Amino acid sequence: MSTNDDHHLDANAAGGALREIFSVDVTAAGTSCATCAHSFTFAEALLHAWAPGLVGRCPACGEVVFRLVRAPGRAWLDLRGTTCLDIRMPEGR
Amino acid sequence: MARTAILERLTWRVGTVTELLQESPTARTIVLHIPGWPGHLGGQHVDLRLTAPDGYSTQRSYSIASAADGERVELTVEEIPDGEVSPYLTQVLEVGDALELRGPIGGWFVWRPGPPTPVQLIAGGSGLVPLMAMIRARAAAPGTGVAPFRLLYSVREPEALLYAAELGERATDGTGLEVTYAYTRLAPEGHERPPGRVDAALVRAVTWPPESRPSTFVCGPTGFVESAAGLLVAAGHDPALIRTERFGPTGGRP
Repeated sequence: MSTNDDHHLDANAAGGALREIFSVDVTAAGTSCATCAHSFTFAEALLHAWAPGLVGRCPACGEVVFRLVRAPGRAWLDLRGTTCLDIRMPEGR
Repeated sequence: MARTAILERLTWRVGTVTELLQESPTARTIVLHIPGWPGHLGGQHVDLRLTAPDGYSTQRSYSIASAADGERVELTVEEIPDGEVSPYLTQVLEVGDALELRGPIGGWFVWRPGPPTPVQLIAGGSGLVPLMAMIRARAAAPGTGVAPFRLLYSVREPEALLYAAELGERATDGTGLEVTYAYTRLAPEGHERPPGRVDAALVRAVTWPPESRPSTFVCGPTGFVESAAGLLVAAGHDPALIRTERFGPTGGRP
C-alpha cells in the first residue's frame, strides 16, 4: 500500500471528529503503532480523508493505526493498529 | 484561556459574519462574532458545517488567522477552483450571514507563548494562515523574552501574498520577526532571488540553524510540506522539533 502519495493530510485534521468522542484532545497524545512499535504524536499520523471515513496510517511503516467512520447518530472507531495512547490530561483530573 | 479551550466540550456554535476582507484576488478573510467562544491558540482550526436548503450537509476545516480576541475570530479562506465549499465562502457569503462551526480544534500544531525558544515558520501559499495566527499571538503577548520568530513564506507571485502590509510592518517593528519571501513563479522587480521553489541553499541561508533547536511549524500543500520538512531534516534539524500541517494536494482545503 502506497503511503507516499500526495493525498494525505495530518491527523491534526481529525481533531474535530475525535473531539466528538473524546473529552480531551487526542491529537497531541503519544501513540504507539501496533505493527512496528514506532512512537509518534497522534497528529503525525498520515490521514486519508477522501474515503467513506477517516483512515490514519503510521508515519513510519504506513500500516493503519485508526479508522473512524461517522454516520447520523453513531460513530465507529477502530483502534486495533494502535497499542497505546499516552494522553495528557488537563491538570486536576 | 487556553485551558478553557481544552476543557470545554466541543459543540457546534453559530457565528455571524461581521466583516469580509479581500486579502488577494482569490482569498478573503471572514471576520466572525461567535457568542461563547472560549479563546484559542495560534495554529488551531475550526470545522465549518454548511447545509444546503435540501438538507445536504458538508464539513471543512479552516485555520484560524487571528490571535485570541474575545468573541471575534478571523478565518482566511483561499478559493480552490471547482471546490465545493471555498467558492461559496470567498464569493457568495455576505456580512450578516450565519456560519455553523465548532472549535478551537487541535493541541499539537500550536504555538504557546512561553520561554523565548526560537521559532521557525515555513508557509506554502495559504499555509501562512495558521502561522499568521502564531505571529499575531506573539505580538499580542509581548513582554520580556519574546520568542524570536523567522518566517519563510513561499508564494506563487506578489499578487497572491496574504497580509502583505501587516507582515511588512511586523518585520520592521524591532520585536524580532524576520520574514523571507520565496516566489515560485513571478518575483517582484528587484527581488534578490529568481523565482523558484524553496531549496536547500535557501533553507540554509534564511532559517535558524539546527544548533538553535528552533520549534518549527510547516504548513502548506502536501507536496510543499513534504519537501520543506525533508530539507530541514537533511540540513540536520531534529525531526521531533518539526510540526507539520498539510492542506492536501490542491494547495488548499477543498
